[in-house]
Amino acid sequence: MAKASITFEDINVTVTAPAGTRLIEISEKVGSGIVYGCREGECGTCITKVTEGWNNLTEPSVLEDKVLRENMAGKHNRLACQAQVLGGTISVKPV
Amino acid sequence: MSKLPILTIDGAPQAIALSERVHWIGALDPNLRNFDIILKTANGTSYNAYVVRGSEGVAVIDTVKEAYAGDFFARLESVARYDEIKVIVLNHLEPDHTGALPELMRRAPQAQLYISQKAQSMLKALLKQDEFDFTPVMTGDKVSLGDRTLEFLHTPYLHWPDTQCTYLPEEKTLFSGDVFGCHFCDVRLFNDEVGDFRFSFEYYYAHIMRPFKEYVNRALTLIEPLALDKILPAHGPLLRDQPQKYVQRYRELSSSALQSEISVGEKTLLIFYISSYGNTRRMAEAVYEGAMAVEHVRVSLYDLEGSEISPFVDLIEGADGILFGTPTINGDAVKPVWDLLSSLAVVNLKSKLGGVFGSYGWTGEGVKMVEDRLRGLKLRVPIPGIRIKLIPTDEEIQLCRDFGHEMALDLMGLRQAKVIDMADLA
Repeated sequence: MAKASITFEDINVTVTAPAGTRLIEISEKVGSGIVYGCREGECGTCITKVTEGWNNLTEPSVLEDKVLRENMAGKHNRLACQAQVLGGTISVKPV
Repeated sequence: MSKLPILTIDGAPQAIALSERVHWIGALDPNLRNFDIILKTANGTSYNAYVVRGSEGVAVIDTVKEAYAGDFFARLESVARYDEIKVIVLNHLEPDHTGALPELMRRAPQAQLYISQKAQSMLKALLKQDEFDFTPVMTGDKVSLGDRTLEFLHTPYLHWPDTQCTYLPEEKTLFSGDVFGCHFCDVRLFNDEVGDFRFSFEYYYAHIMRPFKEYVNRALTLIEPLALDKILPAHGPLLRDQPQKYVQRYRELSSSALQSEISVGEKTLLIFYISSYGNTRRMAEAVYEGAMAVEHVRVSLYDLEGSEISPFVDLIEGADGILFGTPTINGDAVKPVWDLLSSLAVVNLKSKLGGVFGSYGWTGEGVKMVEDRLRGLKLRVPIPGIRIKLIPTDEEIQLCRDFGHEMALDLMGLRQAKVIDMADLA
């Protein structure tokens, strides 16, 4: 199975995880500072900055884009509960 | 005795002239005792709104809380007709300044609404309608009223993302929104006439602006170069006497109080603990010892029982890292720890380093709970907390030393990056 390598910059930890894993699942396990609320892509609590490897994540859905816009998210931000890792290297940090 | 402004004639609210072309059309709320849950208001507040008359139209700057719309409209009508209103400016969209907006837009449908870029989504949520016209503006944008001009200053996070100020250069007047405001209600309106409002000014800053010091300093670089005869805020006294003093005070309040003894390149780490039987205290001392061994980290150790909360909040504001030692009692961290953690909303904590340790008798949930709280407050928690059952052994004390040491290394950016496979995570 394809694996991705995700670095959580706030705690300086890199995790190798299977493709398809959501960022929040990994973040929660390693104790990164990405906090979450609904885990269903609605509340916007888990907005996360992707500093590297944007294309190594699944594309945001129309609904995720809407929530990001409503929460005035900056460029290169994703919802950690929605973004799934695809492969390659990715770096993220809490906003 | 000072001359009172004539706020009403035969019971009808009147606008107060601030110059030939600028009027106050706000409302007084002397009975309010608590604002937005977080602020006490010992003598109430005011909702200040203004009218500016140019040779080619009238502008209304901000409105009032909905319950006071009657006073606002009566004062507005005493100096302008609705069909003269060309411009409505909202410096800030909180309901105490936009309560009369929907009705004002209904009465003056031709008026163009000017808001900050960041206010756009809030306006939609506020008006609950999709179709309406407005112009988003940034620093440098201007709107002409003929012989009067309104210039916009983008001053985000003073104290909401949307906040802006509006400058009227022909009158050297700044309509500052909540900036330089305070909750102080006095019919004499002007800063050189009202009672002593210094406490209210400082208290307002401490609760409303302090979490955004960085943004305050940025906004001040836009405001300080302006020629200022008057600052007209959205709450409290109108600052016509020495307005620059208030700008200067904001600069002081947004800078460190005492000169820091910390040299460039050094980092500060604070360790707070509380202990019932001395176990968490022994852990704290070991963490302290471990952290001190790292060069260029200035570590301080504090017993939470030994101080009021407020000085600790000040210390935390200036620190690079914060560690908490808490016992677990009845499945929770102890109240003095939560009391401090619930007092930190007035300071910016983002990206500071955080960590937790503590002794416990049965279960030890407190450490994890405090860790989650630290993450919620946007601290980074790079190392999982240490929980030790009752009395720490020598090996466990060594673990605490290592924990402190690793935290200090992390603070200095010296900690080895960690690589983990997800399958190995519990």
